[in-house]
Amino acid sequence: MEQENLRADLQQIADIIEKESHIMEIGCGEGALLAYLSERKNVDGRGIEISQSGVSKCVKNGLSVIQGDADEDLQYYPEKCFDYAVSSQVIQATKHPKDVIQQMMRIANKCIISIPNFGYWYNRYYLTFKGLMPVSKTLSYQWYDTPNIHFSTAKDFEILCDELGYKIEKKIYLQPSGEIVSSPWATAFPNFFSEKCVFLIS
Amino acid sequence: MSKKVKAIFGPEYKEYEVGDIVNLAKKEPLVLDCGKEISNFPIAYQTAGKLNKKKNNTILLCHGLTGDQYFTGRHPITGKKGWWEDIVGKGKILDTDKFFIICMNVLGGCMGSYGPKDINPETGKPFGLDFPVITIGDMVRSQKLLIEHLGIKKIAGVIGGSMGGMLALEWAVSFPEMVHSSTVIASASRHTAQNIAFHEIGRQTIMADPNWCEGKYIEQKKYPAAGLSVARMTAHVTYLSEHGLQRKFDRGLQDRDAVTYGFDADFQVESYLRYQGRSFVNRFDPNSYLYITRAMDYFDLVEAHDGVLSRAFKDISTKFCIISFSSDWLFPTSEAKHIVHALSASAAKVSFVEVETDKGHDAFLLDEPEFFATLGGFIKGVSKELGI
Repeated sequence: MEQENLRADLQQIADIIEKESHIMEIGCGEGALLAYLSERKNVDGRGIEISQSGVSKCVKNGLSVIQGDADEDLQYYPEKCFDYAVSSQVIQATKHPKDVIQQMMRIANKCIISIPNFGYWYNRYYLTFKGLMPVSKTLSYQWYDTPNIHFSTAKDFEILCDELGYKIEKKIYLQPSGEIVSSPWATAFPNFFSEKCVFLIS
Repeated sequence: MSKKVKAIFGPEYKEYEVGDIVNLAKKEPLVLDCGKEISNFPIAYQTAGKLNKKKNNTILLCHGLTGDQYFTGRHPITGKKGWWEDIVGKGKILDTDKFFIICMNVLGGCMGSYGPKDINPETGKPFGLDFPVITIGDMVRSQKLLIEHLGIKKIAGVIGGSMGGMLALEWAVSFPEMVHSSTVIASASRHTAQNIAFHEIGRQTIMADPNWCEGKYIEQKKYPAAGLSVARMTAHVTYLSEHGLQRKFDRGLQDRDAVTYGFDADFQVESYLRYQGRSFVNRFDPNSYLYITRAMDYFDLVEAHDGVLSRAFKDISTKFCIISFSSDWLFPTSEAKHIVHALSASAAKVSFVEVETDKGHDAFLLDEPEFFATLGGFIKGVSKELGI
């Protein structure tokens, strides 16, 4: 399988996962992360993806992926049958994000979740000064056709994890360039200066 | 090791050469689910490609209800190309340069394998309804005898559509250590009430034909052509989708400009179905139709595992590919998902795709690029894992 460069948040996720882990990716798209992990880290990966074209691409590449829906299909998996449940830029598109996160925590020992941060300064600027719902490279949809129906900020997400009693072991804040937020200002206010964030939860 | 045999077909009792066949269970009988034993019985098969030195490159194809072992080459009776000619061959999805591909006519079938038109040694006459009732499990166990006969310890992939999918599932569940991967297409883990209902209509149609003669038509030199033909017509409708039928025929008239106010085949769809029925009787044995439909009706992996399908897949290392077709109402996606959920519950390796098509159940035998691509990708993965 030919490997292209992974998207920045996927690369961060891939770096966290240990060799030969068992993982489940919810919303695996065309299987970029699963293929990378299987190739480079001999990871035993499974995936759920909602689109037929995505699933077909995955299966064509020899990945164990089922066509299904995060809201519906996670309930069938046994408890703690994976080392990691992973979802990247997907939670915000589910009908019941809280239930999905709980299901992910039920089926795996740890979860890695990446979300778009609605609290990023550009989004705030867009809404405050333009008076329009933010549209950017990451959030490229108009309000009426977006699959992203549950936006949150990084802070919102942390509050939910806290409420559910989950421990956030690691937070990675990313800039649009894919680089990790590093300047002193930005690290002090990551909810303002990061566009995407990756959380490792246990 | 193998030989060709002649068998009779259709109302005119024409003889055709079928096979190759090999006789199995010579030393020890095969005990069937019904309790009866069979021994030294023939199974007919066809192969393509070569078994490699490691004997790890076998793909076992399992045919559907009225299919047979002729997945490639010319069919001896119909003269048509093999049912998977599109994807089996040099450089094709199931590449005969890589894989040793084998397909067997199922136990109870009529293309050379042991079935109801064979001679009952006790009476010297064709078995008819004295042939033991067989199950999907029996079919699989008879296939296993041939696989072992060939010295194959592990099959790279069992692939089957419709009834063949049931065999592919049963293979993996009964002999997981022998099955590296199982591909289940347009199939289910059990027959639903609706599936059984349609089969019962087919069987009753055959049995209501006076020429069926309580199953002894061969002895009496008769043939329930009308019954078998109508059974086929009914079944054929279940293989197509409403939209597909509409697209193909709409209300088109057959070689006429207006309806004739009679019961001739005015409509194209009528003419088409009559043709399907007529051609079927020339290649299929009516009693085989009864036995094989019964085997499918009895198939229930859920019941066989105390009502919990996932128990069937406990600790299974076989890799699965489940494929359904969006317009298949005979084995709908919901049935495929039932299998997928059970496999998920046992954390088995499974891929699942629902292919968008209006071609209904029969899509698995048709040129459906998305389906072929999915199957091809899965098999490519298998060949990579096994280093074939």
